[in-house]
Amino acid sequence: MAASEHIVGRGIGNKLILLSVVLVAVIWMLPIAWTLLLSLKPNSELMISTASAFHPPYTLKNYTDIFQSSGVFRWLWNSAVVSVGVTAGILILSSLAGYGFARAEFKGRDIIFVLVLLGLAVPEQAVIIARHQMFSDLKMHNTYPAIILPGLSSAFGVFLMTQYFKAIPKDIDEAAMLDNASRFKIFWKVLLPLTVPAQATLGIFSFLGAWNDYLWPLISATKPEMFTITVGMASTQTNFAQSEGLGFLMAQAIFAGLPVFIVYLFFQKYIVRAVAGAAIN
Amino acid sequence: MTDATLSPGKAVAAVKRPTGASIGPRWTNALFIAPYMVFYLALLVYPLFKGIWMSMLESDMFDDTSKFTGLANYYRLFNDKIFIGTIWNTVLFVLMTVPVFVAIGLLLALALNRSDRTSASLRAIFFGTSVLSVTIVTIIWKMMYMPGNGAIASIMRLFGLEPIAFITSSSLALPAIAVTTIWWIIGLPMMLFLAALQQIPGELYEAAALDNASRWRSFWSITLPSIRRTMLVVVIYEIVAQFQLFGQAQLLTQGGPNNASRPIVLFIYEQGFRSWNLGYAAAASEVLFLIMAVAALAQFFASRKRVEG
Repeated sequence: MAASEHIVGRGIGNKLILLSVVLVAVIWMLPIAWTLLLSLKPNSELMISTASAFHPPYTLKNYTDIFQSSGVFRWLWNSAVVSVGVTAGILILSSLAGYGFARAEFKGRDIIFVLVLLGLAVPEQAVIIARHQMFSDLKMHNTYPAIILPGLSSAFGVFLMTQYFKAIPKDIDEAAMLDNASRFKIFWKVLLPLTVPAQATLGIFSFLGAWNDYLWPLISATKPEMFTITVGMASTQTNFAQSEGLGFLMAQAIFAGLPVFIVYLFFQKYIVRAVAGAAIN
Repeated sequence: MTDATLSPGKAVAAVKRPTGASIGPRWTNALFIAPYMVFYLALLVYPLFKGIWMSMLESDMFDDTSKFTGLANYYRLFNDKIFIGTIWNTVLFVLMTVPVFVAIGLLLALALNRSDRTSASLRAIFFGTSVLSVTIVTIIWKMMYMPGNGAIASIMRLFGLEPIAFITSSSLALPAIAVTTIWWIIGLPMMLFLAALQQIPGELYEAAALDNASRWRSFWSITLPSIRRTMLVVVIYEIVAQFQLFGQAQLLTQGGPNNASRPIVLFIYEQGFRSWNLGYAAAASEVLFLIMAVAALAQFFASRKRVEG
């Protein structure tokens, strides 16, 4: 029958499509494979030709060198402190504000909410010069608070949490209100536990965003011991001509990329859901 | 997850509020938003206005004073060939990347919109690069583009071709940055389109299949109209995001050769934090803000007209 022929034809078509996507995916991985290969070669061989990457000897020396000499560990630690700080701050502020905008009535609330939403339209570049000046005046550059605090002004989390709190049926907190519980107790004990999925979404986004943030840490942290890993990797590559060698630089790149890649693999399901959820709302 | 976020919303509409509980407005309720508002006012609103003010000052870095000069910085900007060049470069970059993000993002989403394991792994590959930081991405791509030792040069030699010096060529530097950028963050538009495709009811396609509609036909008359809103979201998001091009250009080409790949944000960064012309840099950042707002709004209204008309 015509219909079944149609479906068979579609099956072959699907296979062809999948095959071409697999091909594209292989090309997509090529740059990372190349970097990995280079990172496993002795620097002296790469100096002569990178083509040597295609045949042995391979070595882990570039990786063991990281443990001995480079600032990578300090930078990873800084990134961890900054990312955890930003994430915790955003979760706390956004949950409180989200509940406030969704549930707690007070005068002028809706106007303030619109103003906060307008903040979403302000790009970082429009405020970064003044921010830098402010932290200079306070003599706060090259400290963790200076790198963390600007991230807490983002309105995205507030918007997300407000939407989420609004979606919780009102009879849940109204029942608690009849029990004479305080507002904060209702927020803390009754509603907050219900927002765990949204917290996960927001937490992952905030963490990855802070970890990979480049412009602000670049201008705020000028001392190498305060670099985040993202800024640190920038400093190694800009003077890589006279640096310890190609293979070592590649090993650093792979090593610096690992933590966030592990986070990605571990939370992949949530990240995908988070992106999908953000798209639908 | 999508069910969990969406269905309670519907429940709210259905449930009638009990009239017994008196929940009036009270000023103490504002305490919930107060902590965030402190950060919002201090680190977003205040610097926004301070930035506008700074853009009208000429600062003297030697005695740390500044004087009000009105729109002089803006006047200077529009007579600055390098700045005008950065606007052009940035617009060109947006034009190079945004259509590709939409096209490839949609193609990948269409091809990988199934529930088998192969598709899941492929999705993970295409999205996986987005979690890397810009500095790692540029290290990786430097090794691709290097004229003598890079991977692309090696492949070209393998085919007997003369290697091209991508990042030192004034016509290829910006496209090279565009390719890197697309490789880096194609995963986001792909995921957004996937989410939209999964919202289309399967019955629509079943009906089309019964009518013997071709794949092309059902794409054109079912898929495309259903994802129009997501398309707009992706286009506006990418316009705004790509106007902010910075790290890739700073690290791959340093804006060169001869300013050929210098974007606006790199200009702002260099004026502000390398030459310490804070007022001048602030003025440039306001111009960028304005261009971005206009581009996003224009796209928004254009598409609304199309939907209505």
